[in-house]
Amino acid sequence: MEHLSAIKGAKVLMVGAGGIGCELLKTLALSGFQDIHIIDMDTIEVSNLNRQFLFRQSHVGQSKAKVAREAVLRFRPQISITPYHANVKDSDFNVDFFKQFSVVLNGLDNLDARRHVNRLCLAADVPLVESGTTGFLGQVTVHIKGRTECYECQPKPAPKTYPVCTITSTPSKFVHCIVWAKDLLFAKLFGDKNQDNDLNVRSNDSASSSDHSEDVFERKKDEDFEQYAKRIYDHVFGHNIESALSNEETWKNRNKPRPIYVKDVLSDEIQQNGNVDKTPATDNSSMLSAMAYLGLKNPQDIWSLKENSRVFFAALKLFFSKRQKEIGNLSFDKDDHLAVEFVTAAANIRAASFGIPLHSLFEAKGIAGNIVHAVATTNAIIAGLIVIEAIKVLQNDSKSCRMTYCLEHPSRKMLLMPVEPFEPNKACYVCSETPLVLEVNTHRAKLRDVVEKIVTSKLGMNLPLITHGSGLLYEVGDDLEEDMVANYAANLEKVLSELPYAITGGTMIQVEDLQQELVCNINIKHREEFDEEKEPDGMVLHGWTQAPAAENKDTATSSSNNGASTSSTSTTLVPTDMEEDDELTILETGIETIAAGKKRKLSDVSNSETPIPTDDKRAKKIAEHAEDDVVVMLDDEKKNSR
Amino acid sequence: MNGEELTEQETALYDRQIRVWGVDAQRRLSKSHVFVSGLKGTAVEFCKNIVLAGVGSLVLNDDNPATGEALAANFLIPFDENMGGEGSLAELCCDSLKDFNPMVHVSVEKGDLSTFGVDFFEKFDVVVISCCSLAAKKSVNEKCRKLSKRVAFYTVDCRDSCGEIFVDLQNYSYAKKKVDETVQCQLQYPSFEEAIAIPWRSLPRRVAKLYFAMRVVERFEDVEKRRPGETSIADLPNVMKLRNELCLAHSLNESQIPDSLLERLVVSTKEFPPVSAVLGESSARLFEVIKAISGKGDPLKNFFFFDAVDGKGVIEDISTS
Repeated sequence: MEHLSAIKGAKVLMVGAGGIGCELLKTLALSGFQDIHIIDMDTIEVSNLNRQFLFRQSHVGQSKAKVAREAVLRFRPQISITPYHANVKDSDFNVDFFKQFSVVLNGLDNLDARRHVNRLCLAADVPLVESGTTGFLGQVTVHIKGRTECYECQPKPAPKTYPVCTITSTPSKFVHCIVWAKDLLFAKLFGDKNQDNDLNVRSNDSASSSDHSEDVFERKKDEDFEQYAKRIYDHVFGHNIESALSNEETWKNRNKPRPIYVKDVLSDEIQQNGNVDKTPATDNSSMLSAMAYLGLKNPQDIWSLKENSRVFFAALKLFFSKRQKEIGNLSFDKDDHLAVEFVTAAANIRAASFGIPLHSLFEAKGIAGNIVHAVATTNAIIAGLIVIEAIKVLQNDSKSCRMTYCLEHPSRKMLLMPVEPFEPNKACYVCSETPLVLEVNTHRAKLRDVVEKIVTSKLGMNLPLITHGSGLLYEVGDDLEEDMVANYAANLEKVLSELPYAITGGTMIQVEDLQQELVCNINIKHREEFDEEKEPDGMVLHGWTQAPAAENKDTATSSSNNGASTSSTSTTLVPTDMEEDDELTILETGIETIAAGKKRKLSDVSNSETPIPTDDKRAKKIAEHAEDDVVVMLDDEKKNSR
Repeated sequence: MNGEELTEQETALYDRQIRVWGVDAQRRLSKSHVFVSGLKGTAVEFCKNIVLAGVGSLVLNDDNPATGEALAANFLIPFDENMGGEGSLAELCCDSLKDFNPMVHVSVEKGDLSTFGVDFFEKFDVVVISCCSLAAKKSVNEKCRKLSKRVAFYTVDCRDSCGEIFVDLQNYSYAKKKVDETVQCQLQYPSFEEAIAIPWRSLPRRVAKLYFAMRVVERFEDVEKRRPGETSIADLPNVMKLRNELCLAHSLNESQIPDSLLERLVVSTKEFPPVSAVLGESSARLFEVIKAISGKGDPLKNFFFFDAVDGKGVIEDISTS
């Protein structure tokens, strides 16, 4: 086979050793690749084992990259595999590191890392084969600098953001209750006490001490645990609802919630059942389970309000009695069973209060953990396609390269649909040098706001450096002088127009990431007012297009530990813990839009979705590419999904 | 919910896939019994997948020794310095597959595929044969059809960078979810013999060229009494001659079966690993147990073709109906 020499001489970098990664490493080895480097920061978990076939139960907790290497060497000992148990964003993996490879193959799980790798590949001028899967859907795309679009030429869907008031006061969907239980209640009870939290913790019904009302979450000295737990329950499910009801304006066009108190649900049985000391002693905190203690077995069952309340108390008690040491620095983890139980129960009780249908632990876990659907077959097909594209790239046959979509149902007979790659987007701020425009109130916004809301979160920069003319305003790095660090810290707190090199309307700043070797010019436009609802950042970035966020309960997740000032206007929901191989990028193009629509159909989405505008030009190109022009796929699919 | 519930262990392990196809499909999958004969790269990919997904049991059949070429495409068999060690392909694969998922019962059935009688196949819900002769395909398919219970029959073949999957679900009824209701649908599948007997001119326009090319090569191997894949460049003139005869008989334009395609199939009969992956996994996907239960869309009928050269993975309905 003529491709053999291209394969043998290639040095490839794989980023990700998860669902796609395992399949990819196996197929690369079988295909004759001799020199493979693989980066993955993750360790193996039980729920990986159904598809990440290089891993066994005994490997749980170990490095994916290292175990994958060992497993493949068992059937191909003569090849070289170099594992890195590390984050691809680490500074070791700089442009020079990337330059040593013939091609980079991504089997990643998150937008952030994908963007980062895209930039490094552009800077190092190394072709990138990118991939992603969700359930039965998947895609492989090829990105070659100057010839095809880069990964960021097309807007990527943003993580869903919910207004804080929806979460704190007016939930209408189960996901709102989950976010509340996870980001507010769980974080308040078990997380960092110093973190901002929008949960109402004051009991202002004691008219006596008006400005000195106490934090109900503070456990009083020698306070009986039962008393404490009941107080929390009554406060968050009873009192807080009661006080929300007092604001009649809110409920004019909404169904009024019902306050729930312990006495209404459990009468006095909690006293008898609250004793969890008899649960078998275990050193492994991940084995603790309120369900097991209460004799609830099936995670698919939907518990009653009473059962949820029991789980709530049992989980709370287990945390306080068996995991005391962790309290104060816990953050929600979908693999922490007790945390999932607690969040499920709390979200369900809140849902009951607001007349929202209750959900099973299995479903709640999916929403809370932002768990994506994953099947082995899709990953393996995608991995096969990645290798096919990689070989074309290595043979310098970029004309034959295709983007391939793996569909769930055949579309014009095709289950695997190849599409010619698109040309680079001339207005892409990543692979072209088009400047961006930032509308901001330069008299009010601080440099910190710009760094956090724009540079880090929107432009995805890791180690940013901000300059204005010849003046250096801000920089992140390990080797900075102390006085510079202090200087930058001071700058962060200054409003733009008062910076040493004042940023005002009409000026241009340069934002640069030294690791990614990406430079963006941003033209500043001063604007006085911003709409709090529609423009929660208080600033608007143009030239950086973002697809509308699909309100998708499966993928919505939240993050309370992003350190940003989330408490002001909105809770930012960032996919923090996505499973490998998936993310919403599946919305990326016309076909993918459909794909996402189908995916949503999988779950019972009660509310109508915001229609996702499809890019006609892209759809047309896809349609043109196909041989028989009987039906335009997008129309066809739309019909089917109505 | 009916039947036994999944154990806690099963729910934890299969968590992500249950989120795709639901608990009922998982339960049904765990009760299905699968037979696979011919363990080259593509079949091995298929086996890996259904074991990971959690079928009830898997019986492997391939008495060939695990030597050079067979090993090259097989990631189930650990590399052994003293090549040509003990054990057949089936035995060695069995050991690895058991290790993949302790909840699946994997075993070996020795013997030549052609010697298995009708009764043998009764124990299975799904029979998959790979890299088999035309005669074997027809005969195993017929045996499956003689049984009173429905045994789903699949053939999977990969040559060079192309491949074909055939599915026979016989009389297949399935539930399809419409907006508010679930409707019962019926599909009538032809046997392999019936499907390939359909005159080419009566097939729908634009049937994958690979379909015709595979028939030519299959016929050539049958007539010449070759083992599957036992062809070389020296055979090309005769294969093209046969192509011309068949095209004439079926009044099909010879351009529908390009020389270049035939050449690929005849000359390089080795499975190309990335294509094996695509095909093996696609066949696992076509697994009606999983597909049908979700009630979304129709089961696939009845051929799937993949060619890495154009990158298309195409479903063709080749039946009289």
